[in-house]
Amino acid sequence: MSAKNPEYDFKWCPGCGDFGVRRALEGALEQRRTETEQPMENNVVIAGIGCSGNLVHLLEGPQPFGIHGIHGRALPIAMGVKMARPELNIVVVAGDGDFLSIGMEHIAPQAARNLNITAIVMDNGVYGLTKGQSSPTTHIGVVTSSTPYGKAEDEVHPLELYLTLGVTYLASGLSSKVKDLSKMIVDGMNHPGFSIVHVQSPCTTYNDTYELLKGNPKKGIEPQAWPVPDGRDVASKEAAYAVVRKGGVPLGLIYQDKSRAPFEERVRQAAAKAKPRTAAQLIETYAI
Amino acid sequence: MKKKHFIVRFAGEGGQGVVTSAEGLAQAATQTGYHAMTFATFPSQIMGGPTWTQTRISTTPVRSAGDELDVLVAFNKEGYETHRDEVRQGGVIVYNSETFQLEPDGRSFGMKFDELAKSTGNARAANMVVIGALAYLVNMPQPILEEFVKKRFTRGRAEDQEIISSNIKALSLGRDEAAKSGFNLGEIDAAIPPKYPQILLNGNQAIALGAVAAGLDFYIGYPISPATSILVWMERNLVGPGKFVYQVSSEIEAITGVIGGGYAGKKAMSATAGPGFSLMSEGLGLAWMAEIPLVIVDVQRGGPATGLPTKTEQSDLFATMFPAHGDVRLPIIAPGSVEECFYAAATAINWAERYQGPVVLLSEHALSERNQNIAKPDLSKLRVESRKAYTGSNGYQRYEAKELSPMPLPGGPGAYVANGSEHDSIGDTTHLAERHIHMTERRWSKLHLLEDGTFESENADASIAILPWGGSKGPGREAYEELMSKGADLAWYYTMFLHPMPPALLAELRKKKLVLVPELNYQGQLAFILRAQGVKAEAVTQYTGLPFKVKDLVRRIGERVKAERKEGVRA
Repeated sequence: MSAKNPEYDFKWCPGCGDFGVRRALEGALEQRRTETEQPMENNVVIAGIGCSGNLVHLLEGPQPFGIHGIHGRALPIAMGVKMARPELNIVVVAGDGDFLSIGMEHIAPQAARNLNITAIVMDNGVYGLTKGQSSPTTHIGVVTSSTPYGKAEDEVHPLELYLTLGVTYLASGLSSKVKDLSKMIVDGMNHPGFSIVHVQSPCTTYNDTYELLKGNPKKGIEPQAWPVPDGRDVASKEAAYAVVRKGGVPLGLIYQDKSRAPFEERVRQAAAKAKPRTAAQLIETYAI
Repeated sequence: MKKKHFIVRFAGEGGQGVVTSAEGLAQAATQTGYHAMTFATFPSQIMGGPTWTQTRISTTPVRSAGDELDVLVAFNKEGYETHRDEVRQGGVIVYNSETFQLEPDGRSFGMKFDELAKSTGNARAANMVVIGALAYLVNMPQPILEEFVKKRFTRGRAEDQEIISSNIKALSLGRDEAAKSGFNLGEIDAAIPPKYPQILLNGNQAIALGAVAAGLDFYIGYPISPATSILVWMERNLVGPGKFVYQVSSEIEAITGVIGGGYAGKKAMSATAGPGFSLMSEGLGLAWMAEIPLVIVDVQRGGPATGLPTKTEQSDLFATMFPAHGDVRLPIIAPGSVEECFYAAATAINWAERYQGPVVLLSEHALSERNQNIAKPDLSKLRVESRKAYTGSNGYQRYEAKELSPMPLPGGPGAYVANGSEHDSIGDTTHLAERHIHMTERRWSKLHLLEDGTFESENADASIAILPWGGSKGPGREAYEELMSKGADLAWYYTMFLHPMPPALLAELRKKKLVLVPELNYQGQLAFILRAQGVKAEAVTQYTGLPFKVKDLVRRIGERVKAERKEGVRA
């Protein structure tokens, strides 16, 4: 059940990283509502499938519009909504399976178009809702229910992949650092182009990585997550590559390129070369 | 007696002018008051390969491209050899004597298509040489054709005059060559120019125009034969404030993109063919489940898989009616002529808006490439519908009603989640049995709103009926008229509304002893569906990649009716 709907019969496991992502998104949407003075209904949250996809039903407070679509296709649905109504603010919420496995084919075209939306990817390195199968970000050799003798594939490196495909805003966050994450989402929404906020959002049931990410001095575990230092040139792709190739999980803004026009602007400029004709005028072109 | 109609086939290699000749002849004929229809079929390659087209010119509206040829225009030897047997007794073969030679046989004559064209100073006028020769063979007056050339090439360019005079010269050269041959097919009766304004266009153009006339403002597509020309048309013409058209990376992006557009309030459409339609299956299920208005055009080709991409078939009826997993049955409108393509597209948009869900416009290759003169649509009489949008205050429950309910649009009140999972009244996921029952019945109940389709019926008292669908309407109708003129007692039925079918039509069909369904597929797909609805339907099938010939339908229907009558007597 959710706070607003006792009939809704889905819930996340205790400690799930997605709780933090939800709070961060609620905060970002609320901040945007205050700053833009536009109603919450001007936001559309579009989800794929899986634990992450249920976030769209669990948002509390004033409700944005939502779509809970089909597996892997949140991005092209978002493309449709955005290009139908460019004035709307569009947020995609997806998991690593949804976004990087079945949905992988849709990242490249949106990046090439610089689709003006913000995608929040909740990466837990596992398929949680189907109970613990390997995902594209599961590391090689890891035993899961679908890789009982160890995963044979190399893992995907999402941050490097996004840079290569041409995403124009890239930030990396951790679900428990809600305030930082909320700011990344707000900045992503304000960025005129394709923004991805990639979040480590651990699955406490099948792949609990909190300790690895944050470290545990008592056990001698060094934290994988490390803050991206301030004062970098965020528009430098080389510098961004250096950050994502350093290993571990960088936290913070990695890359932002404001020089590329967003999709709606490109389409508008191209269409300006055409002379619009009414249906009657178009019919007349076939007159005998 | 003067001839009422005239059938010419052009056969050769792709790129030799086979298509432009057929279309040019149709243009010339319609501009001079005749009716015309073209047919084209070609291999799936950019250039070359055996291609043929056909133009039928008539003093009355044309229903099919016709069976027997008055003239075969052979651009090469292969074209001659493949098609010569279809030339009727007394017909004529015109061949390009630059590519091959024939011994005099009393029905053929050669002329040098390209050399004659070059002698006019315009190497591209070879099809005018051919049209000139054809006009001579049916005694079509030269001024009519000169008028056509002037209209066609007056485009406000400096070189217009030069192009017009070279083309008129080409017409004369062709005419002279035909005169030298000594052949003549008799005079075609004078044209009876229709009193109403007309347009000449093909099926895909008519679909594009019909959709735009009904307010289409959002189109996403992916190239695929034979639907590509709709995408290309939209890219060029669906422009202006509030409109969006785009070629995306796959049919999966196309369907999910139009779902986004339909959800956000646009009249959204995509066009594809069988393989692309298959990729859209899951998305169509989502549109049905979440109640998103959109239209998908499936221009059928031969299948399955890559199948016959440039041939015609009517074999996607099952796939389009039942495209998705779960309980889904999509509304389907299948036009049977170029004119119906226009109105089917407009109605498809209206239906999608009215019942808030996906609608399939089921066309076919033969219609997509068919050029035909039709009455210019009167837009003042076209009904244009838009969905009921929700305009109240927040707190609205989008899926609460038993049937249809006004649709909230992003930016406005009534925020909800359009959910592909089974959901409750605000779109939140639920697994409760009573909700699945409520929502399933809600989705099916809305189909009743689409039961306003019209149908044709004639001689409805007869116990045996013919009911063709889609592009088989034309040859089906001609066969029906021929059978009736030979004394058969048959009922005629036709509708382009295959689902939901007009209830009154279904009721009449259920009373028949036998309903024969001519359709271009192996399984007899519409007959199968009709039998499931209590109609004693039987298909007359063909799966050659080509449309029916009238004479084949006359023979096969005639034989089947005879057998049925005998059975009836025995019983």
